[in-house]
Amino acid sequence: MKRIAIRNGRLIDPAHGTDKVGDLFLDHGKIVAVGSEPEGFKPDQTIDATGLTIIPGLVDLAARLREPGFEYKATLASEMNAAVAGGVTSIVCPPDTDPALDEPGLVTMLRQRARQIDLARLYPVGALTRGLNGKDLTELAELRDAGCVAFSQAEHPITDLQVLYRAMQYAATFDIPLRLRAQDATLAGHGVAHDGEYASRLGLTGIPVIAETVAIATIVELMRATSARVHLCRVSSAAGLAMIRTARREGLPLTCDVSINHVHLADIDIGFFNSLYRVTPPLRSIRDREAIQTALVDGTIDAICSDHSPVDDDAKLLPFAEAEPGATGMELLLPLTLAWAEKAHIPLAMALTKITSEPASMLGFSASLSVGSRADLAIFDPNATWRVTPEALKSQGKNTPFTGYEMRGKVVFTLVKGKLVYAAVPQIGH
Amino acid sequence: MHNPQLNKNKALIHLLTTEGLPRAILTQILDRAATYVAEMEAGHKKFPVLSGKSVFNLFFENSTRTRTTFEIAAKRLSADVINLNINASSTAKGETLLDTIHNLEAMGADMFVVRHAQSGAAHLIAEHVKPGIAVVNAGDGRHAHPTQALLDMYTIRHFKGDFTGLTVAIVGDVLHSRVARSQIHALSTLGCPEIRVIAPKTLLPVGVEQLGVHVYHDMAEGLKGVDVVAMLRLQNERMAGAYLPSTQEFFKYYGLTPEKLALAKPDAIVMHPGPMNRGVEIDSAVADGNQAVILPQVTFGIAVRMAVMALVAENQAVNG
Repeated sequence: MKRIAIRNGRLIDPAHGTDKVGDLFLDHGKIVAVGSEPEGFKPDQTIDATGLTIIPGLVDLAARLREPGFEYKATLASEMNAAVAGGVTSIVCPPDTDPALDEPGLVTMLRQRARQIDLARLYPVGALTRGLNGKDLTELAELRDAGCVAFSQAEHPITDLQVLYRAMQYAATFDIPLRLRAQDATLAGHGVAHDGEYASRLGLTGIPVIAETVAIATIVELMRATSARVHLCRVSSAAGLAMIRTARREGLPLTCDVSINHVHLADIDIGFFNSLYRVTPPLRSIRDREAIQTALVDGTIDAICSDHSPVDDDAKLLPFAEAEPGATGMELLLPLTLAWAEKAHIPLAMALTKITSEPASMLGFSASLSVGSRADLAIFDPNATWRVTPEALKSQGKNTPFTGYEMRGKVVFTLVKGKLVYAAVPQIGH
Repeated sequence: MHNPQLNKNKALIHLLTTEGLPRAILTQILDRAATYVAEMEAGHKKFPVLSGKSVFNLFFENSTRTRTTFEIAAKRLSADVINLNINASSTAKGETLLDTIHNLEAMGADMFVVRHAQSGAAHLIAEHVKPGIAVVNAGDGRHAHPTQALLDMYTIRHFKGDFTGLTVAIVGDVLHSRVARSQIHALSTLGCPEIRVIAPKTLLPVGVEQLGVHVYHDMAEGLKGVDVVAMLRLQNERMAGAYLPSTQEFFKYYGLTPEKLALAKPDAIVMHPGPMNRGVEIDSAVADGNQAVILPQVTFGIAVRMAVMALVAENQAVNG
């Protein structure tokens, strides 16, 4: 295991709200000193971080890696490369692969593959029901023992509330958290866009906000009955956030995240049926987007995820309603979070908690720059600008609504377990 | 926002929707249609405008009436017309929409007249066709049916002269109607000061007021003093989706009967895009009555479609 010294970087530790220029020393995959060099520390490698910012590696609570089953869209290797190029060092992957992650053997295999690739850390979410069929519970405890950090249905609904009730009861028995998408399937129907004035104008079938709020109301009521821990994935509406705020005030163990797309975009951005803007949940109104930004600041929303969903071109070159939903995003999570912080006049350290320390604490570890923390780091140039083009993205999926956008902030080095796994430029200094 | 229907000189090169088209272009289409109407009344039936051009009628969704009127219009402009009922062929074998389009381009198409069940299909095609090829939307999903709206505008202008003093009521299934959306945009642009929509809440799109219309749920209220009643077709399949309890109830509260029509201005005209469901959205006494202009609409529809095809082809030729 190499000893690494990182010198002269701007160290932002979101977990502690600190922001200072200094050196960082890594040994055996951990941070062993901040500021002054420990006695007798002989680095095997030195990184000059002058002008660069050092933060804990990003923790992405929702990124689809498409393996197994959808290798034509992306592979574990291609997306792990994309992750570290974006400074993402820990990835939580939903279970909607083919087959779905509903067997301990599958989870073991996936984790093994990730270890072989040895770039970012992988945290699989297990399927809550077999084949995500919404009916039969999987072996939750076995899957947990195989490495699943939580359970979800991804985008597959459970329409039978008795199944959801039992699932929550059973998960609560083992104190296993559930990650649920709050969307009532019958109210969402075949909708493809936010049910508002813009979808009406384009003649697109809408998904009403009540599809989200009715589902949240149901989940909250079931939480009261079962004491299950629930994380709501990708909340999209002002009304939904208001309900979450109330439930948390009551003391319910309810957390939530939003996708970075929803922090920046609204339904009107769809323009003339641009299918790159077809995401799930749909991009909602400008008022909802503003509520999301407020809820990030007031703490109602715990984390921002990339909701990375690589999709092949053919699946996007279709009429809007027929196009596959999803956007690639791991490489955009950091610059788009920086852009939000700048636009909203939020201290950078505070904004970065949403993609580092807060999601990490949900996974049970600390993402920090303090001594003893994991040496999972993202080192970026805050002033580097780049344009989002298919060539600029390492992900196999080139589908993003931010195509053509100018981004500020580019990851230069990524370290995982104290090892340099990504370097954007030839490394200086040894 | 970039309007894909216009070229850099702001000339119409595709017709995809009436939304965002300047008044001058709408008027230009109506004026050109008027010359065709006059020529045809004078006995001329053939014009050389599209001579040597191939117009492909691509109907991914069934339609007899619209396809036939486009076919007649293209033939009167001397085009070679190829009708393709795509439902039954390529896409059923798994070919994508754009593959189909690229194949037909390779067969020498100059213009695509497209009907598709998905909103935005015509936009997608227009975005991907080669330069010089025009796309005319013949109805996409719930989104737009611009030539129908333009023939409605032609009919209104023919019978009422001007839009700036009119009150127009659009009645029925606005939610699923591409015709209604296109009518609303066209009427707004042409200066109609009051557009009303009359329907139960289940058949109105969310936020429809923001398109610039006044909403009425009561037919008697909504029809008071209107100059134009634009009826919409009620698709019977809507009954199954809990949109409405029954056709009988719909007809009782929203069907256009002579009694209800009497609340409109005495010289109000009644339009319908066809095909009509008599006894569901319209009473036969109204459909066949002297205020109905449903058959003139069909005649004007040919001239309007000729005008649209002629203009987009000319603009493509100049700038293609």
